[in-house]
Parts: sequence; structure tokens; C-alpha cells
Amino acid sequence: MKSLFRKTIFFILALSAVSCVENSKPNYQYMPNMYETVSYEPYGAYEVFVNEQEAKLPVEGTVSRGWKPYEYENSPDGFATAKAELQNPLPYTEDNLAEGKALYTIYCAVCHGDKGDGKGILVEREKFLGIPSYSDAGRAITEGSVYHVMYYGLNAMGSYASQTSIDERWKIDHYVMYLKGQLEGAPEREFEAEGTETEDINEKEENLMPPVNAEQTMEVKQSEPEGEPIE
Amino acid sequence: MKKVKYRHSAARIVFFSVSLFFSFNALLLAQEPDDSPLSEDEADRQETVQGPQESNVEAETSGGDEAAGKELFNTLCAACHKLDGNSIGPPLRGVGDRREVEWLHSWIRNSQAMIAAGDEQAVEIYNEYNQVAMPPFPQLSDSDIDNILAYVNAPKAVPQEKQPGAEAAGAGAQGGGGISTDILLGILAFVLLMLLVILYLVNKTLRRFAAASGVELPVKEKRGKPIWKSFVENQFLVIVTSVVLVLVGSYFAYGWMMQVGVDQGYQPIQPIHFSHRIHAGDNQIECKFCHSSARVSKTSGIPSLNVCMNCHKSISEVAEGTATEEYSKEFYDGEIAKLYDAVGWDVSQQAYTGETEPVKWIRIHNLPDFAYFNHSQHVEVGGIACQTCHGPVQEMEIMYQNAPLTMGWCINCHRETNVRTAGNEYYEKVHEELSRKYEVEELTVAQMGGIECAKCHY
Repeated sequence: MKSLFRKTIFFILALSAVSCVENSKPNYQYMPNMYETVSYEPYGAYEVFVNEQEAKLPVEGTVSRGWKPYEYENSPDGFATAKAELQNPLPYTEDNLAEGKALYTIYCAVCHGDKGDGKGILVEREKFLGIPSYSDAGRAITEGSVYHVMYYGLNAMGSYASQTSIDERWKIDHYVMYLKGQLEGAPEREFEAEGTETEDINEKEENLMPPVNAEQTMEVKQSEPEGEPIE
Repeated sequence: MKKVKYRHSAARIVFFSVSLFFSFNALLLAQEPDDSPLSEDEADRQETVQGPQESNVEAETSGGDEAAGKELFNTLCAACHKLDGNSIGPPLRGVGDRREVEWLHSWIRNSQAMIAAGDEQAVEIYNEYNQVAMPPFPQLSDSDIDNILAYVNAPKAVPQEKQPGAEAAGAGAQGGGGISTDILLGILAFVLLMLLVILYLVNKTLRRFAAASGVELPVKEKRGKPIWKSFVENQFLVIVTSVVLVLVGSYFAYGWMMQVGVDQGYQPIQPIHFSHRIHAGDNQIECKFCHSSARVSKTSGIPSLNVCMNCHKSISEVAEGTATEEYSKEFYDGEIAKLYDAVGWDVSQQAYTGETEPVKWIRIHNLPDFAYFNHSQHVEVGGIACQTCHGPVQEMEIMYQNAPLTMGWCINCHRETNVRTAGNEYYEKVHEELSRKYEVEELTVAQMGGIECAKCHY
């Protein structure tokens, strides 16, 4: 009798010990002040900030180092001008193309497909529909239009300006034009030698985010919806 | 003794025995949803629905091929039009009821010409949708357009009517699995306790009865010497036992102390249920698509909501197939709605309201500041896959910390991982000399100085 009683008590204790394993809270620490720093952690929540949000937008009007303004505005007119006159400032080299391919695989291939035929995994799974091939004759994409769309987005495609730098977008641009050539069966473009021009660009245009606040971009988009100009 | 997922201790053994004990319990639970009498009803309902729907289609299509129309719609129209619900252009389901067929034909061929010609309906719809020009489709033949119209005019009868049945079935399933295991365990523990108390009381009462009625209870015979006494008298046995106890005790104590401050398995509940399984697993979206700063910065970055909205502007609800037994479609749609609330997106207007609120994601992986870690160094330079440290994220419905993130774990990897020296001309000489020094073909990170204290602590 007594032993049974004891066993039960042990059993209940063990049960309660096990049931306390909880993963939704971080573990104990020996010396928390060694772990929890005085300085603000990235993305932390601190009372001093508005909304307690440590991640903040840059002060209005600030420009990050190396940033260069993009001259074409987010409108059908801007799109048409960019399409007509904007040229890729990066030389067409093997390295640039390879880097462009790597970036393309990360950011574009899910929808546009590895070959640029508009048959990425998301299209196959019918998450997104109506993604045109780069060789679409009605659209007739150019270096300028590709960059413009990456920068501002077009129709259902959003802007990728926050995820890529100026240089990176131009590298992707090279690869997109390469894919277009492949799809159309055009002869391959010859690589240019790495010249002084590249270094110059790399120094100046190292980066990066546009200085506008995200909300402003949204507002701009709201008031001036991008449309497809008539070809 | 708590809060850790992977601990090799007695707790696990106890847990196994307990789970074995309660496994019959789960069996009981699993059977419940099957009892739902809905399945027959549902089939009936579907049949009744299917009948009229088919005849409808035939009546309305006027010779168009729906399947061909669907394909054309998906490639040409779906970028801007949804069947139901606003997108860049108006929803197209049943557009044949709203407009004349000839009007639609000429609109699809060249909408801008119609606007320029001053067609009233055309100008009205152009202005209603923010003057976004629809590109002309001169390549479409009359029959192509008829096919598309046949597809968009087909009523959405089946999925709509099917829903109540499906929902009810879902509710039934939820009802079965709804009682949480915690409550069940609690009830069981309580019942067990009650049983014990009753047993004890019954025994006591019986004994009292026996005493009252003068029945002699058999008394256990006393053996010569109690076992513990003989144990205590045997000094050798006592010493051996205590040594074993001390060793076993310190083994477990060491194990317990080593896990303090280690958050392996930490799995907090995030404000928005973001499923890495759906995004990175099923849809194979690159990690760096959203965590883009992992390529170029020290921190991998929690994606800001504009990255979410790049896709979720168009995807406001999950597909039927995305829902799992655990999480329903309604649940996932609710989570997308939470995103819209936070970012201030009005679905009906397809516009931002400007009212935003931060999403307070809970950070899982965190190194103390005295240890330096740089994502771009590992991701870009080292070419390490994200999964090496973060585990099978593409299978995680709820994100958790996979690696212990202890110093031993870091150093171990630095000892085993080879440096990518190929194509790195700048450091070629250094690499060569180091290879000669250590007499190896491939240098590990440790041989490059990757386990020097000051590499990470300074």
C-alpha cells in the first residue's frame, strides 16, 4: 500500500517535471547581463523609439553613401523614356553575367523561370499567373525597361529596390537580356574586357537603398499607378 | 530541468514511458473525426450542385472551349485580372452578363482605340481603374476571345457550394482534435489521484470494519533482518553505491548545467504565423529572396513588410491545397489578413491606407554581443548554405532554433570546414604558404586562424 502510494507520488512528480518542457520561452542564462547588451540590438523593441521599433526608416532627405538618384519617374511616361534611352552602365563581362545569374536565381527565377520563359515554380504551382516570357514581342523589353521595372515594379510585380543595390540590378539586367537573346535564338553577345569604366562605376555606385521612405514610395504608387503604355 | 528540446537525461526516459502510457489515449482521439456523419450528405450536395452547373455552362458558352480559354486567360489576362476580386483590372467572372459580346471583342483587341474614340463604357471603366491602360491583343482570333469569355463566364458554382460541407467536415475534425493534450493529461492525472484516494479510503474503512467485527487480518511475518540494515552493515556495498550515485548524479548535473543559456529548440509563437514550410519548402523561394541582407550585411535581416507585399498584393488567400490538417485555409487567410492590417493594405480598394503598425517578430537566433558573427562572410564568402546552421527551415511550419549556437559548436565547424580558396587570387600566396605549413591540400577555417580568440571576441 505504502509503496504504491510512493510510486504514484513519484509518477506525478515526474509527469509535472516533463510537462514543463516549454519551447516558447528562451532558456535560463547564467549571467543575463552578459547576454543582454546595453546597446540596441538590430530589430529590437525599445521604449525610446516610436512604436518601440528599433528598425527605422532613414530620416527624410538622407542619402546613403554612393547612392545616385534614378532619374525616371514612376509613371507610364517615365517607363517609356527609360525604355527608350536608359543603357546598362556596367560592361558586359563574364563576371557580371555570372553574378547577375546568381542574383536572378534568387530574386527572379521563382516567377520568371530559370530560362526567363515566365514558367517559374510559382507559375507552375499557379500562385502567380500571366507572367510573360522575356521574348514576348508585344513587350519587347530593353535594358532600360528591365531596370525601370526592377526599380519601381510594374502591374503585379513589386519593386525590388529594397532587396538589391544599383549594381546588382544592372547585373541582373545583363542576365535578363542574355536570357532574352537565348529565347529568341539571337547570337550571343561578346564579352567586353574589364576596363577602367567598371572600377569607376563600382566606386561611385556602390549602393544602395533609395533615400525615400517606404511610405512615400507607396504613396507615389498610389497616386500614379503604373500602367503599360501602348506599344 | 526544463525548456530544452534535446536533452539526454532521465527526463527523456520518463517522457517515453509516459507517452507510452498515454498512447492509447491518442488512439481514442484519432478515431473520433471518422464518426462524423457528414460524408454522405456532402456527396449528395455535390451531386445536386454539379447537375445544374453543367447545364449552365453549356447554355452560356455559345461554342467556346473553356479549357483552351483557361490557358489563354492564365497566360494573357491573369497578370492583371482575377476571376473574383479586384486586382489591377476588374474581376472578370460573369463579364458576359455585364457587357455585350461585340463590345468585349473590340475592347480586348484594342481598348485604347475605344477610349480614344470616346466609347462611354470604355472611358468609364478606364477612369474607374486609375487610367491603367490595358495592352492591346491583336494576336487573338475571334474564337480565342470566345474561349476566354467562355472560361470567365463559367459560374463558380462548385467551389462555392462545396464550401459549407467542407467547412462542416473541417469543424468536425477540429472538434475531435480540439481538446488539448494538456487538459487531457490534467484530467487523467486527476482521475489517477482520485482513484488513489478512494483506494486508500476503502482500505482504511475495510480495516476499520475488520477491527470492529473482530476479524484478524493476516499480519506479514517479520523476516530476520530488514534488507536495509544488512545493506548499511556492509560498508563496501555502501561505498560502491555512493560512488556510483555521485558519478551518475554529477553526469546529469553536468548535462543540466551545460544546457543553461543554450536556446536550442527555442520556438516562440510569432505575431503572424509565417510558415517557412509553405514559402521556402513548397514554393521553393530562395532564403535570400526575403532575407536579402544576409548577402551583404552582418545580420540576415527580418524582411520588412514591403517584401511580403511584393507577392501578397496579389495573393490574398491561400490555395485549397495549402491547408493542412493542423492549419485550415481560414487560419492561413487570417494570417495574411494580419499582414494587410499591419502594412495598411485595403484589399477592396487595392490601395494602401497609410495606417501601419509594426509587427513584433520575436527574435530566435541571437548571439550575445561579445561574440562577433557576420552573415555575409558565411553566406557570400564561405558559400555556406543557410540550412547548415538553421536546419531544415524549408520543413518548419513554425521556426525554431536548430543549432545550439554555442562556442563549441562554432569551433567544431571551423575545424571541419574547408575554405573556398578557388578563384581567390588576392590571397593566393597566403593560401599557398599556409598549405605548405600545415602540409595539407585543403585548408580548414581553423588553419586560417578561424579559431583564434580575437576572431570573434574583441
